[in-house]
Amino acid sequence: MTGHDVVFVLVGLLTAAAAILTVTSKNLVHAALFLATTLAGIAGVFLVLAADFLALVQLVVYVGAVAVLFLFGLMLTRAPIGREALDNQNRGLAIGVSGGLFVVLSALIVDAVVGGSLGDTTVAEVTGPGIEDIGMAIFAEWVLPFEVLSMLLLAALIGAIVLARREPGDSGEEAMATRIDFGDAPPTEGTDSLSSGSLPELTSGERREGGP
Amino acid sequence: MSFFEQYGTFAILVVLGCLLYALIMVVSRVMRPSVPSPQKLTTYECGVPAEGTGWTQVNIRYYVFAFLFVIFDVEAIFLFPWAVIVGGLDATTPVSPMFAVVAMFLFIGTLLEGLAYAWKKGVLRWD
Repeated sequence: MTGHDVVFVLVGLLTAAAAILTVTSKNLVHAALFLATTLAGIAGVFLVLAADFLALVQLVVYVGAVAVLFLFGLMLTRAPIGREALDNQNRGLAIGVSGGLFVVLSALIVDAVVGGSLGDTTVAEVTGPGIEDIGMAIFAEWVLPFEVLSMLLLAALIGAIVLARREPGDSGEEAMATRIDFGDAPPTEGTDSLSSGSLPELTSGERREGGP
Repeated sequence: MSFFEQYGTFAILVVLGCLLYALIMVVSRVMRPSVPSPQKLTTYECGVPAEGTGWTQVNIRYYVFAFLFVIFDVEAIFLFPWAVIVGGLDATTPVSPMFAVVAMFLFIGTLLEGLAYAWKKGVLRWD
């Protein structure tokens, strides 16, 4: 085993451990953070396989952005976050599917390496196209998909804004109007702070309704 | 330096960083006095006692900021290969420098439209 193999095995073990912790963690937020660790480990695997641009994509998009979206998704919904125990009823089915998938993939890999078509291949140096090659390919051959991609991202952005924005007249307009009134009129704000001293439950409820 | 030598240097830096962190934590654990008390575990040691848990549902408007981050994160990924090649472009390469610059600014401009839309619709304003 070369040093390269040792690093590959170590990174793989780290990734596998994080993946197991992702599915066994009782706290959903911890599971999301372990998922981010797993994705970072996969970035390490890409790096060991000499695919440094793919590792960069994995780190920036998956660990940076997708993990953030996961955490926001957990915080925006009333998912059982916190210390409440998670217990999914489909655990047996999930074990069956993932175990079956693992056996099939392992069998395919072992078959390819030991008995199959890859049996006689010699060990080659691990190389991959560099970032320069990828950039040249994008701008020499794949310019149209690259520009279409920007339209796709634009569509996703506008879709998210349309879904998340509160139109006037939607439910929740009252809460917005109340907050704007308090902010825009300084004289009433003074009386508001007076009354908030006498009615702590009311103000805390209001703050929880729309505030950060 | 070859590919793995470059990243080997980086890996050594990461390992040394982890070791330094571990060393600092072990030294501070050995040297600090240990006086546990339930007061130290409260959210605000002096102040109003916290009510409920920290795990609450947050406002949907945060989602737009997260989504804006994701979109421009994906954009940033495509800036990397562009930035690597754009300096070395000339008439002999398959891509002309002007073509690469125009293609990238078209890409950025399309996404800036999305940002302008978000700005116009007022989702960036917090009121």
